[in-house]
Formats: sequence, structure tokens, C-alpha cells
Amino acid sequence: MASEDAPAVSCPLPLASGQHVLLAHGGGGRLMQKLIGDVFLPAFANPLLAKLHDGAVFSVEAGRLAFTTDSYVVQPLFFPGGDIGSLAVYGTVNDLAMCGAKPLYLSVGFILEEGFSLELLQRIVDSMAEAARKTQVQLVTGDTKVVDRGKGDGIFINTAGIGVVPPGVMVGPHRVQAGDRILVSGDLGAHGLAVLSMREGLGFGGGIESDSAPLHGVVADLLHSGVDVHCLRDLTRGGLASALNEIATAAKVEMTIEERSIPVQEPVRGGCEILGLDPLYVANEGRFVAFVPPAQAETALAVLRRHAVSHNASVIGTVTGSDEPLIILRTLLGTNRIVDLLSGDQLPRIC
Amino acid sequence: MCLAVPGRVLHIEEGPLLTATVSFGGVTKDVSLVLVPEARVGDYVIVHVGFAISKLDEEAAQRSLDAFAALGELGEPEESAP
Amino acid sequence: MKYVTEFRDSKAARALSEAIRRTVRRPWTVMEVCGGQTHAIVRFGLDALFPPGLTLVHGPGCPVCVTPVGLIDQAIHLASLPGVIFCSFGDMLRVPGSVRDLFAAKAAGGDVRVVYSPLDALTLAQAHLDRQVICFAVGFETTAPAFAAAVVQARRLGVKNFSLLVAHVLVPPAIGAILNAPGNRVQGFLAAGHVCTVMGCKEYDELVRRHRVPIVVTGFEPLDILEGVLLLVRQLEAGRAEVENQYARSVRRQGNPEAQAVLREVFEPVPRAWRGIGEIPQSGLRLRHAYAEFDAIERFGGDVALVGEGGVEDAECRSGLVLQGLLKPPDCPAFGIRCTPERPLGAPMVSSEGACAAYFRYRRRTDSLQEVRHGE
Repeated sequence: MASEDAPAVSCPLPLASGQHVLLAHGGGGRLMQKLIGDVFLPAFANPLLAKLHDGAVFSVEAGRLAFTTDSYVVQPLFFPGGDIGSLAVYGTVNDLAMCGAKPLYLSVGFILEEGFSLELLQRIVDSMAEAARKTQVQLVTGDTKVVDRGKGDGIFINTAGIGVVPPGVMVGPHRVQAGDRILVSGDLGAHGLAVLSMREGLGFGGGIESDSAPLHGVVADLLHSGVDVHCLRDLTRGGLASALNEIATAAKVEMTIEERSIPVQEPVRGGCEILGLDPLYVANEGRFVAFVPPAQAETALAVLRRHAVSHNASVIGTVTGSDEPLIILRTLLGTNRIVDLLSGDQLPRIC
Repeated sequence: MCLAVPGRVLHIEEGPLLTATVSFGGVTKDVSLVLVPEARVGDYVIVHVGFAISKLDEEAAQRSLDAFAALGELGEPEESAP
Repeated sequence: MKYVTEFRDSKAARALSEAIRRTVRRPWTVMEVCGGQTHAIVRFGLDALFPPGLTLVHGPGCPVCVTPVGLIDQAIHLASLPGVIFCSFGDMLRVPGSVRDLFAAKAAGGDVRVVYSPLDALTLAQAHLDRQVICFAVGFETTAPAFAAAVVQARRLGVKNFSLLVAHVLVPPAIGAILNAPGNRVQGFLAAGHVCTVMGCKEYDELVRRHRVPIVVTGFEPLDILEGVLLLVRQLEAGRAEVENQYARSVRRQGNPEAQAVLREVFEPVPRAWRGIGEIPQSGLRLRHAYAEFDAIERFGGDVALVGEGGVEDAECRSGLVLQGLLKPPDCPAFGIRCTPERPLGAPMVSSEGACAAYFRYRRRTDSLQEVRHGE
């Protein structure tokens, strides 16, 4: 049985920068051990992962757990304000936070395409490690597969996460009720536009940065502030419009939101105008909505504004009724329009 | 049809396509001025599918806005309280 | 954004709305020709600002909606050829051909890419010399000069792997067809400000003379549309029929001479079938003989031409009547039942500017919206 530090005799194992992922990196053999030992272990260093067992075993305090998973397939892999690595950590941390949970442990699965640059992989892994450090979660178990060239898009990442929900915290669409005020934690659409700005054929300049960020800190503060938070939802694909529609459908309520109160940065607005996109439907990666009782809306807003990630939070509307799921937008002109789900992705509208 | 948006010309490159950098509320895009060769840096142009199709007449725009404002003052006394 | 935000002011909108209310004494039916205006009307809820006697019908000015099925079939055929990169504006991808759409062609392995500008397609051609780059040239007079300029540039640079599938259409013949249709209800038009930015107002003088119908060349922001409607109903109430220019900040009477010159240099008018409406004489454009080498149909030969002739529209789709203002989308028997944005029978249910999609998305639940309005 060859040990890890056996001298390579004739054929040194390639893992230097500038090299590429080979099928053997996912083959379970020595090359995979080297990938784990050289790239993943040093970056994600923690005692649970270091055991290199089939899974991580850990204790949690008695109570309720939140458990979530998400897969990340963004192109380009690196975009202004973030990359697929930090996104894969923040996205899952945020999903846990939206359950009212304190995020603890993450798993990570990499699906790599044969020929993918090991240098890029290292950068992505480093970015994940940095994101994990910032959010105080540990990546405790993982998996790597390599698919034939042409059968992947460079790299796909799946993360799953476990967090603990503090006693007394009850957050979910079932608690949304008429009268609740709706808060949005910041300006919309920056992530979607930042990613679009890099696309071949659609590109533009002007330095829009993705809003990709962890939200567990501000959510924890909000939950500790005494505000009886009814529901939280992070705004990812499909934007604010889709999130509100999902909640309205689950909670069977009608909501009215004010266009005037919905924050959108000027450059994002400009980019949306050029491409004929509606910022309400554009993706975000560091924004959420909160539903709170009307009497506590101001307190909640003050808490959100204390955090950099949500400093331009705004109260955007009210749950106006129950029964029929419906989102009504009060436009800039004071007229009403229905904000519905899209049937698919929003396409750049040219004509 | 024909989504076209006003933006401000920041920079013009000589060449057959007269490519200009145009700012739309802060985002910039390369736009051909070949259909509006009279446009200069600082002008607002109306841009459609990567081409400026007209130079925005800022005086005409101001006349429209003034007319709207005048109409608003005329109409105001008739508006009832909400 | 300067010159956008100011034209969305709510106080001015109320004042214009009030002025329209004061002006209108009789019921009128007017048409906004352009899909961009339809989009703004829906997005800003402008119809709520009009008095009850004033009916706005949404016209055929959405190039996505009026592109005939045969051309979509040709696009899908071309996009499926090996070695081809097929470029299109985003909203064309979901428009149904006889059996499938461009998204399905992409899923089946076709290299279909969304571009913002014809120049992006040209750049792709230069970057992929081993591939044939075909761009779907869709749009009205506003867009045609951009494709014409791209073709001129391709010739100047000697780019041999770039061609167009031309689907351009012209507005004035369509307005003429609507006015000549039996049962026409339209009494006045908001003409498309960006088409007139390119072409000027002359062709509309001709329509006004022939049909004695008022036409107001109108912009795309809420205040533009409200002012356009105000000017139109003033003409109607006074019994006048003239061409007026609401969108003076962009439209000159003679239009844009450079754009017209390159358009004429590269394209010539031809009869064109409009989806749901049928053939309208001299209402389309094709590449002139001197530029035939950039015509994808010429380049890829007989098969493609044949594909175009077999196009079948769904028999149940009444989009032709909708596009002519003769039928409101909710009055179509298929609306919302057999025809939805997920499973569209016709293009107006697909395009974000399509009248049917607009009704489906924003007006399907008009009843509850009414309650909300009354509850204020």
C-alpha cells in the first residue's frame, strides 16, 4: 500500500498551477488523494474534515435543525463582486438564515469538467474558504467528481447546510398575515446585472458589482431585537417579484408594494433600461424580504440599517388581504398593476 | 418595438463605426455613432441596438417638461383632496 | 436617468390625465401602433388614467409578434445546421414556429445566442472564422438601419461568414392595411416615435391625406404617451386630421438622413406576410441584389426557402384580429385556456410586448384589481 509521502519515481503527479483537471482527479486513486490533500484540506482546514471519514460526525444542542441544499452553475465563474465559490457558501448560509437558523456546517460537492484549470479551482476553493471563515461555518464533508470534457461547464458546485434554529423562532410563509409590513433589505438587481455585464454580446461597463453577501448576521440581529419576524425570504433567481409571488401563494395573501419605495441603484436602472429588463425580476444574491407586524416595522428597519449589507433597507409595502394570492404594485404614477410570475427567464427585450 | 434609451456621450473613437462610450445612468456601453455623425462628447443620443439613432434635442425636451409643469399648475386647483 | 426619470413624473401625469378627461366628450377608439408603447402603458398602468369613453387598442407594432411562422421555421432550420452560430434578439427565442421554437432548437444542439446589437453578431463572426454566423434581422424601420450598417461594415472588413435572415417590416403599409380593413374601428393613431426618428413624418402626411385620420408621433415614456393621447383627442374632438409631433426631442420632420441612406443602400421593399394578418404589399424589406451574398437564404440554398413556405399558423389563434385592433385578447376563446405564455398558440402571447401576454400577465385578474382600486 503506497503511502501519501511515497516518492514519485518516474511520473510526478501533476498539480502545479497551469495544470488541468484530469479524469483521474475524480477516480478515487492517488491523484484524487493529492487533490484533496493539496487543495481542499489546507483551504477548508477544520478538525471534522481532517478526519477524512465518509461523513462528518458532530453534536448539536437539543432543539430544531434547519437543513438546506443548493447547486451553483453560474457563468461567468468570476464576476464583479464575487465568484462561484463565495456564492456557493453565502447562498446556502443565506437559505439557513431565512429559516431563522444559525448556520453551522456545510457539505460541498464539486463536479469538475475534465480540462478545467487547477489554478482556477484553487482560486474558487480559496474564495469558499474565505467565505466560510467570514460566516463562521465549517465545510466538514465533501465530494469530487470529474466528468468528460464537453459534459460540464467547467465547474458545478453543490453545497448543503445545517443550522440550529433558536427556541421561539418561528419563521415561514404560514405566519404571514394581513397587516404585515414588507421590508426589503437593500437595492435590487445588482447581482443579475453584474453577471449579465460579463456576457458575450451583452456586455457593458460602469462597475456594477454583485450584491453577493452573507445575511446571517443581520438576520440574527433582527431575531434578537425582539421583532416578531413572521417570514424571511432571500431574493435570488426571479428577483423580488418571484419571491413575493411564492410567499403570496404559500400564505394565500394579497400584497401591495410601492414602486417608489423599492431601492434600485441608478446604474442598475440604466442597465435594465438598455436591455428592457424589469429590476423586480432580476436576480440578487445578498438581499432578502422580511414580513413583520406593523407596529415593529420601524424597529426592524432600524436594525437592518445598522448593518452594511442592508444599510439602504426600505419598507416597501403591506400585506393587504387574504384569500387570493396577488401582488399589486402601486406604480410611480399612482396606478396599480399586477406583478405576476414570469413563465421563464427574463429575456433581454430589444424590439 | 424599438426599445431606445437616451444616454450621454463620454468619448468618441475615430474609425469607420465611430464607436463611442455612452453612459446610461452610470453603466456604459459601446455605441456606434455612424448614423448620427454630428454627435459630440457631452451630447445625449438615443440608442437602439448598439446604434445612436438621433441626437436628443435638449431644448425640445425642456419645452415639453415646461409645458407639463404649466399644465400641472393649471390643473392643481381642480384637484380634490385625496 | 436624465431624460427618462423626468418623463415619469406622477404630478405631471395626473395633470395630463385630467386634461384628457376635460377634452374627451365623445367615445373614441385610438391605437398605439408600437409594442414599446403597449409595454409602457401596461407597465405604468396608464390605462387607469384615461376616461372611460376612450379605448386604446394595441397595434401590430411588435416585430416579434408579426414575424410569420415560415420565417421562424427558417430560423430554426438555420440554427440547427452544423457549423452555424445563430444570433437573435432575446424575445424571438420563445416565438412558436410550426412545431417548435428557437429555444427548442438550442436544446436540440443548435448554437443559438442572444445578442444586443447586430454588431455583436459581426464581432462573433470575426472571432469564429470557421463558423457561419447568421443574425435574425428582426424589426421595423428603427432597427433596419442598424442591420444595414452592420452589413456595410462586414463588406468593408471582408467578413465572409456573416449573413442575415431578414424579417424587417415597415409601419406605414400596416397602418394603411388596418384603415382599409372591413370593420376598422380605429379613429386615430399614436405613431411610433423611434420609427419616425429614422423615417421622419412624410409617409404619415400621406396616410392622413388619404384616410383623414389624425396621427400623433409619440415617444415612449408615460408622459409622452399621455401627451400623445391628449393631442390626439384634441384633434378628434375638433374634427382635425393632421400629423403632429409629440416627440420633438428625438423626431425631426425629415427624419435621420444617414439612417435612411444606409437603409436604402442595403435594403429594398418587398411584399411581406404578417403573422395573423396576411400579406401586405411593400411592407417588408429584403437585401438588394448588390448585397445578396449577405442573405442567409441565398447562402444556404433551396432547402431553407422551402422550409419557409411550409409554415402553418395555429388555426385557433386569432392574433391577426388582435393585432388589427378588432379583438381584445380576453375575448379570444383560447385566451388563458388553451393559450398561455407557457404554451402560446401565437406570438402575441409570447413577446413581452405582445398584447395577449400583456393582458395575461397584468389584466387576467382585473376583477380583484378593480376591488383594490375601489377600496382606496
